[in-house]
Amino acid sequence: MRTRLWLELSAFVVLAAVVVLLPRFVSDFRARELAIVGMYFIALLGLSVLTGFSGQISLGNGAFMAIGGYTTAILSVDGFYGHQVRDLWTIPIAGFVAGIAGLVVGLPALRLSGLYLALITFGIAVSFPQLPKEFDHFFGGTTGKILNLAKPPFGLSTTANNWIYYLTWGIALVLLVAAWLLVRGKTGRAFKAIRDSEVAAVSSGISLGRYKTLAFGISAFYAGVAGSLYAIANAYVNPDVFPIILSVYLVVGLAVGGLDSLFGMIAGAALIYFLQNHADTVARWLNHLPALSLDPQKPGIPSVVFGIVLIAVMVLLPTGVGGLVRRLFGPLTTRLYTRS
Amino acid sequence: MSLLELRNVEARYGPVKALHGVSLTVGDGELVAVLGANGAGKTTTLRAISGTVRRTGDLVFGGEAIPGRTEATAKAGIAHVPEGRGTFSDLTVWENLRLGAYTRRGGIKDDARRVFGFFPRLEERRHQQAGTLSGGEQQMLALGRAMMARPKLLLLDEPSLGLAPIVVNEIFAALERMKVQDGISVLVVEQNANLVLAHAARAYVLEVGTVVVEGTSDELRANESVRKSYLGY
Amino acid sequence: MPIAAFTWTEFAQQLAAGIREGAIYAGLALAIVIIYRSTRVINFAQGEMATFTTFIAWSLMNQGLTFWEAFPIVLAIAFTGGVVIERTLIRPVENAPVLTIVIITVGLALLLNGLMSLIWGGANQQFHGPFSTRTIDVGGVPISVQDIGIVAVSVLLVALLALFFRFTKLGLGMRAAAVNRDSSRLVGVRVSWMFALGWGIATVLGAVAGMMIAPVVFLDPNMMQTILLYAFAAAVLGGLDSPVGAVVGGILLGVTITLLGRYVGFIGSTLKLPAALLLILVLLLVRPGGLFGKVAVRRV
Repeated sequence: MRTRLWLELSAFVVLAAVVVLLPRFVSDFRARELAIVGMYFIALLGLSVLTGFSGQISLGNGAFMAIGGYTTAILSVDGFYGHQVRDLWTIPIAGFVAGIAGLVVGLPALRLSGLYLALITFGIAVSFPQLPKEFDHFFGGTTGKILNLAKPPFGLSTTANNWIYYLTWGIALVLLVAAWLLVRGKTGRAFKAIRDSEVAAVSSGISLGRYKTLAFGISAFYAGVAGSLYAIANAYVNPDVFPIILSVYLVVGLAVGGLDSLFGMIAGAALIYFLQNHADTVARWLNHLPALSLDPQKPGIPSVVFGIVLIAVMVLLPTGVGGLVRRLFGPLTTRLYTRS
Repeated sequence: MSLLELRNVEARYGPVKALHGVSLTVGDGELVAVLGANGAGKTTTLRAISGTVRRTGDLVFGGEAIPGRTEATAKAGIAHVPEGRGTFSDLTVWENLRLGAYTRRGGIKDDARRVFGFFPRLEERRHQQAGTLSGGEQQMLALGRAMMARPKLLLLDEPSLGLAPIVVNEIFAALERMKVQDGISVLVVEQNANLVLAHAARAYVLEVGTVVVEGTSDELRANESVRKSYLGY
Repeated sequence: MPIAAFTWTEFAQQLAAGIREGAIYAGLALAIVIIYRSTRVINFAQGEMATFTTFIAWSLMNQGLTFWEAFPIVLAIAFTGGVVIERTLIRPVENAPVLTIVIITVGLALLLNGLMSLIWGGANQQFHGPFSTRTIDVGGVPISVQDIGIVAVSVLLVALLALFFRFTKLGLGMRAAAVNRDSSRLVGVRVSWMFALGWGIATVLGAVAGMMIAPVVFLDPNMMQTILLYAFAAAVLGGLDSPVGAVVGGILLGVTITLLGRYVGFIGSTLKLPAALLLILVLLLVRPGGLFGKVAVRRV
């Protein structure tokens, strides 16, 4: 097991190094794109804890992102009893507000499992975008709220996009470590026990109620932080910023990343971002294959490309990127005992 | 020539090898027992025959080699009653029986009547959900379902498991009648060695995936180590 | 909560409309349940497959066929398409985690949606259904012939399906494969082909649902998206394992949503689905398996 620990630590160091150095080699715009990948990564970390580790399906984490985003927006624009809150400080607040919402959702979720839970969480994702439209005085309705453009704090001279990049990935790395410690510890073991067999977990004295709601709270916190960062980067929020399909894309990223592989979530985040926004690039690249001529401009092509790539990835990597990595490095970290 | 012949059959579950070369035979109309402790490979042997688990080695049935697929062995006339009976609990008794005859056409009602003849209790409950039957009745249902296929060979995995002795006797009595009336051969895996040796002509003892002792029931009962390990005296 | 002026005539009309809505949800919900029961997979592409086959019907009708001439052709295409999709996309990964297979259906949904935009464009199209839109007098209440026709077709389809499952050997084999794969293989049921058959039947159900709703809502690539959500809700309401539940759930949901939308003031069109889902949540808290579903009894 020591080998595994060393491998994970080295992976983290490499990741941190890449994060720090990458902006020097890429354009300013690309830095912003990578920042958004980082936000998806944060949200996926939370979803991995909930679904990958504690076995509870959620098709509603997009709503928690929205809660985080709107919290940041409202606090920055309308302020707290008149005081506008600096956007940075709203991030943890947004996370906690979303986390509380997660705990609340986790309570009825105790009675449900599997696809019944999936549907109800999906119901949350579907219903949530309606709320800002209904209570438009507070939420800003369909136009939403407009924040001040994000600025680097005093003393740092860097572009706005680079600032967002470092802010996001800094938080992401911290949250990655937090998640990693969590799943290695007692809570993580409780989660895995619940995932593998609720009956056995209860017999071992694990309180289902406490841990299952905790998992929801944690995943909502992460999603809230991600949503908050997105609001800051976007400089506005409205119902279209966190649409219904976002929750579906998060689960897609989770599957591609490999359910309970924290590092794999980076791949999941990258896939959902780049397929959404660069389907045309993929289409142009696919045109190099003989017999294919896809006009990237025609309507429907982005969806077609997204669909084909998604199907291909899942068929080739049924256990996600995390599963692939485990298979590759597995022989290093396990010793097989064979009986002769 | 025997009805069933296994030659050096090996089987594995992933990286773990469960059978290390099992050879056995079952003759026409014979009841043969397979004994052994937990984990010895008894269930795996039956699974290797019915094709539920992948095997290497030769399997000859009725003079022909059988491919390893489950549906093929079912069609060839081998009926496997798995450990835990494998009844379709959501379906009715009648539907369970009907499924037993899935690979056949015609004569289904007659076969069902014969099964009810062996197990009248099933007829009373023919429209009841199989999951609501008692353990003994489910075992009878499982046997009845196997009979519906008009098999030449019956594979039974731990038929006495979890059942009261009086029910077990009823079941083995029915087995004897099947053997005599229809000439069915039976390969039984059992932990209850005393019980099964009373009915079996021959038996094999498995340990760690190979046959360690084989012979007639009398020979096994006379065997000192078998008596001490499996018969308890 | 202001309740609008109430007349029995209007109530009956709303009820009829609700039943018609519900019949559509029921058809799609049944398709979802059939696939779920056998493979434990939720087919996210069910709606897009239905729309796709409806577009095929539309194209055939544009070539000069009448609705009823195109109908059997489309059903045959739908059945074949469902079987082919199961064989090519689902079968290779049947031992993969369920979530993987579900994501493949998400990919399929995106692919089909894009293809439809590509082939037929994104604009709304008129779809001329087989039933006239005139109303007839049923006991003093004007009800549209189309609504009656839609319900009749759906009922007929469900009845045929029920007969198939109950009285044919193949139907029994499908049911067996859904509840116990291993035992099914032991009696000679070709489980893999039962799954393919399930997908074929589900796609046919979706095609019928699509062709029934298209005359009412206009045909475009996104036609079935909201309906799919309602169908999921209906399937969960009825209990995901239960075909009967899917049908009952569909009708109940259709009626409830229509009546809620009309008689409860603040539930406009935006809040209809959330309101329905809230009701379902309440029901699930009381009966975690849905109306007819089985909840595994936990003996701890």
